[in-house]
Amino acid sequence: MTVKQHIIIKGVKDGLLFLLDDQCDFEAILNELKHKIEKTHQQLLTGPLIHITVKLGNRTISEEQSKQLSDIIRSQGNLIIHAIESDVPTIPRAHAELKVITAIVRAGQEIEYDGDLLLLGDVHPGGIIRCTGDIYVLGALKGVAHAGIKGREKAIISASLLRPTQMKIADYLSQPTDEYEVSDGLMEYAYIDNEQVCIQKLTLLHRENRLPIIMRGV
Amino acid sequence: MGEAIVVTSGKGGVGKTTTSANIGTALALLGKKVVLVDTDIGLRNLDVIMGLENRVIYDLIDVAEKRCRLEQALIKDKRFDELYMLPAAQTKDKDDITTDSMLSIITELKQTHDFVIIDCPAGIEQGFRNAIAGAERAIIVTTQETAAVRDADRVIGLLEQHKIPSKLVVNRVRPAMMKRGEVLEINDICQVLAIDLLGIVPEDEKVISGSNAGEPVSLNPTFKSGLAYRNIARRMLGDMVPLMTLNEKTGTLTKLRKFFGMS
Repeated sequence: MTVKQHIIIKGVKDGLLFLLDDQCDFEAILNELKHKIEKTHQQLLTGPLIHITVKLGNRTISEEQSKQLSDIIRSQGNLIIHAIESDVPTIPRAHAELKVITAIVRAGQEIEYDGDLLLLGDVHPGGIIRCTGDIYVLGALKGVAHAGIKGREKAIISASLLRPTQMKIADYLSQPTDEYEVSDGLMEYAYIDNEQVCIQKLTLLHRENRLPIIMRGV
Repeated sequence: MGEAIVVTSGKGGVGKTTTSANIGTALALLGKKVVLVDTDIGLRNLDVIMGLENRVIYDLIDVAEKRCRLEQALIKDKRFDELYMLPAAQTKDKDDITTDSMLSIITELKQTHDFVIIDCPAGIEQGFRNAIAGAERAIIVTTQETAAVRDADRVIGLLEQHKIPSKLVVNRVRPAMMKRGEVLEINDICQVLAIDLLGIVPEDEKVISGSNAGEPVSLNPTFKSGLAYRNIARRMLGDMVPLMTLNEKTGTLTKLRKFFGMS
């Protein structure tokens, strides 16, 4: 084969290292990866569980692409993805754009935003709030909320009063049932766990370990 | 220069026209110069409730299409010298008038009246847009039904987009059902809609018989509903009037017990 190889597979101490070329089309990588895993490298990839570290080089990929990548690797039962690493420094999510909106979203009104959204006000039944990131409502959420509209499954929806008529995170829809009524007045948030929308007290959000707290002057 | 106030609700049948007629009458009772404008073209009712049906000669569309002067179309009330109404056309459609011509009619009426009360049709289509075109304030009428409150919320949102502030009238209040928790509480409605309460009007059969007879209930303050409308009119003029208490009729025995401090 005269075609340039885009993927180099290396053995390291704790598993395998997939080095991906960062100059070519991402499609080409996916195709080659598929080809390698399904056809050419069968003997290497069968057997006990192997941890895989994927190195992207100077390339950043979207969540969608990352999912495609891991789907292909996971299709082989004994491969476990340990990490997908990129040399490009990532901006911490805390610095991502957080849009603050002061409004009452009434029936028939809709707010849509690309990023995280903080609403100071209520969402009434019949009102809709949608964004690509997280939704935080300082007020009562009684309408429809959709976080992660472009597929971000780690997005959350939180509200002082979480009583939505309908909630969606990425592609997971949740229509409230009686189990929502356990809050005893505490703030709550919704997240996806095991392909289901779950509700948890907001005070437990830190367990998701989204951002480490930096202690200064201790 | 007067003020134009639109009476609207979104949902039909909650009492927009009744409220318009009674608030207009109550304002006239307080000595204000008032004109009621019916914008429910094709389904005009305000003239019936005011008892002025047989005096209709020209209507809103005639004025808009310049078939008559504005003063010619105005009907003077039987009871008050300074209460007028501009009827809607019955044979036309909501689309037969533009928001621009509505705006100019309302602006003209404001020159000569203290209050221009605009009775809005149900819905949020062209008829609604016409009705709010010249208004600077709005009175939202709702009942204790969830559907009516939902529609009111929608309408408040639309009015906010047009920078028209609104106040709330809760109509057909049922104290007994409220006590049993079968309908929304007044406080809950205010909290949900997040606007100021202008007044509450109790459910009253007299409203229906009054409307049929062409005599708005606000003419008679011995009716609870009549008094409620008068209170609303006073609040519109800036008076501080407490909300009426809506206790059910109490029997003689209860009154006697109360007198002796036994309950």
